[in-house]
Amino acid sequence: MVDIHFVRKSMIEEQEPPVATTGVAGWIRENLFSSPLNAVLSILSLAFIFYVLSALLPWIISPTWAATSLGECREILAGHEGACWGVIRERWLQLLFGFYPRELYWRVVLDFALLIVAVAPVLFTGLPRKMLVFSAIYPFLMPWLLWGGSVWNPIAAALGFVLGYYAHKLAKPTLGSLAAVILAFVIPIIWWAFLSGPVVDALASVLPLITLEGVESRNFGGFMLSITIGVVAIAISLPIGIVLALGRQSNLFIVRSLSVGFIEFIRGVPLITLLFVASTLLNIFMPPGTDFDIILRVIIMVTLFASAYMAEVVRGGLAALPKGQYEAADALGLDFWMAQRLIIMPQALKISIPGIVSTFIGVFKDTTLVSIIGLLDPIGLSTSIRADQAWNGVVWELYGFIALMFFIFCFSMSRYSMFLERKLQTGHR
Amino acid sequence: MSEFAVERQIDRSQMEVSDKVAVQITHMNKWYGTFHVLRDINLSVNEGERIVIAGPSGSGKSTLIRCINRLEEHQSGEIIVDGTELSSDLKNIDKIRSEVGMVFQHFNLFPHLTILENCTLAPIWVRKIPRKEAEETAMHFLEKVKIPEQALKYPGQLSGGQQQRVAIARSLCMMPRIMLFDEPTSALDPEMIKEVLETMIQLAEEGMTMLCVTHEMGFAKQVANRVIFMDQGQIVEQNEPNEFFNNPQHERTKLFLSQILGH
Ligand SMILES: Nc1ncnc2c1ncn2[C@@H]1O[C@H](COP(=O)(O)OP(=O)(O)O)[C@@H](O)[C@H]1O
Ligand SMILES: [Mg+2]
Repeated sequence: MVDIHFVRKSMIEEQEPPVATTGVAGWIRENLFSSPLNAVLSILSLAFIFYVLSALLPWIISPTWAATSLGECREILAGHEGACWGVIRERWLQLLFGFYPRELYWRVVLDFALLIVAVAPVLFTGLPRKMLVFSAIYPFLMPWLLWGGSVWNPIAAALGFVLGYYAHKLAKPTLGSLAAVILAFVIPIIWWAFLSGPVVDALASVLPLITLEGVESRNFGGFMLSITIGVVAIAISLPIGIVLALGRQSNLFIVRSLSVGFIEFIRGVPLITLLFVASTLLNIFMPPGTDFDIILRVIIMVTLFASAYMAEVVRGGLAALPKGQYEAADALGLDFWMAQRLIIMPQALKISIPGIVSTFIGVFKDTTLVSIIGLLDPIGLSTSIRADQAWNGVVWELYGFIALMFFIFCFSMSRYSMFLERKLQTGHR
Repeated sequence: MSEFAVERQIDRSQMEVSDKVAVQITHMNKWYGTFHVLRDINLSVNEGERIVIAGPSGSGKSTLIRCINRLEEHQSGEIIVDGTELSSDLKNIDKIRSEVGMVFQHFNLFPHLTILENCTLAPIWVRKIPRKEAEETAMHFLEKVKIPEQALKYPGQLSGGQQQRVAIARSLCMMPRIMLFDEPTSALDPEMIKEVLETMIQLAEEGMTMLCVTHEMGFAKQVANRVIFMDQGQIVEQNEPNEFFNNPQHERTKLFLSQILGH
């Protein structure tokens, strides 16, 4: 018979885990050479990386910074392979600012510096909440600094929101909440479409406070254009996407059908088609003589496009939430909007962060498609730079530079999303 | 299953049933699609009553108590809670929901908020109580359910029993006049069931009006003043606990009790 009787005589104290890895050598052994197969793979990979770099680095490290034409680059290189960096030195300002007037570059730089200030409190909750006041002002400041004009323009634009707010507030007690919401949309739209223009002109002639020199949209270009389109589309598509996602789940048939119809239509059409609609078709439908800014049209199309994708990403997050969360919110007496704002959305958006950021990155990169309808984003500019006699034939340097710039922006977004996910991690599951 | 929920004398000094009606349900019917889930329910609950609702799985217990705070909509009959009739009028629904607390089987705490924020959210947003005051109230109730030291943790960091006690505290922070419990201990390990039952008993001792769906017959015997047995969407039998357990009348009740008590 087996003796199964056992009584522990002394309890084991808690002990340190064994130190498996020590220093660099330990790390290398653990991560690269832990088994023969792993070792072979590591060596092959290292050889491959070495091969690529040995071809690439000499090309990149090329003493052609000062060259003023492709011919000069060839002379400097004297038959060796190498990049012709002169084009970047000569044209980098153009790649950043397009044909924006040189003496007004400061406005663009200031605008994007302020963008960082405005976005910072939204991205990092550790910053003082008072900064959000500036974040609220910024959307009106941004176009004014870029396009110039009278200071009354941004004020009139902001006034539309104030009107909407008061329309809602005043109408709600007397006309009911649905009518109030409708009024809150209609009144600002009437204001912007018909009234604000003449009012601004009148005010500007009577009281010309600060008037910035105007810059035409066709002078916009380069990364400044990409960032403008990208940032506006990103910032607006998230709220629209949330509303669409909620609309898609609504019990109201009309609301649901409209949301589904919009989302499916936009997702079923390539962005480039929408951009062509923006650049050509819209003009046909507009009353003749109306001047509807091309960049604004493009921004609207890109925003709608991004919103449809955002809506589906957010819907994924909503679907992942257990029903109990809605029930608990209901049982505590929270109304629909409170429950959405305080319980549902914070969780759904948190789940959706990777998808949302992917959409952001996609939208930002898709802004390069505007080159096809003739806007001078970096890609469009690179074509026109190559049309210059001096740089005819330069390809990789320009695309490499553009790719690097895009990579910096997109990689930052991706890192931020990882930071955010880690920060919002509560408890273990 | 133990005979008693807690091994102590229950303080009955404040457990009085008043003659004021808290919940009045008359000829209430509910369907899920074509499935007749609740059939002609008539139930009157007075203030201070502690009612245990028992019955086999799928008999409609959850649906019944979820109708009381309109998590489910009934199709015919009348439900009056605290003098307000439940209709599709949103104002009434919000009023009733803020007066009726509910505790769920799976706690349903908000995982993105700390324990304290879970407890203060509804008082601040629904009752419009100043944050500071809401936090004081929340700490008071967290102390009562014996977890004030966890206030700044997140639900995911707590054990099941602790989470359920937080859920009870969260409901209490709204100062409800009626508490609904839907199998509050069914998702818990045995050693945690006790701590949750202890909290519920404490509530009963303070005179709270309670409707509990539970299989804890020890709790029913010690605390309830009435046990309701449901089957197939109907109230089959109701009685005071002693009579209910020792002298069941209906065949289905006898069958159910023999299964659950194992004799
Ligand atoms: N949302 C729903 N839709 C359709 N049927 C449901 C729904 N919820 C519950 N049921 C059904 O109604 C019956 C009663 O459910 P429930 O009230 O949860 O019972 P209990 O809580 O007594 O176990 C069950 O047969 C269940 O399958
Ligand atoms: Mg149930």
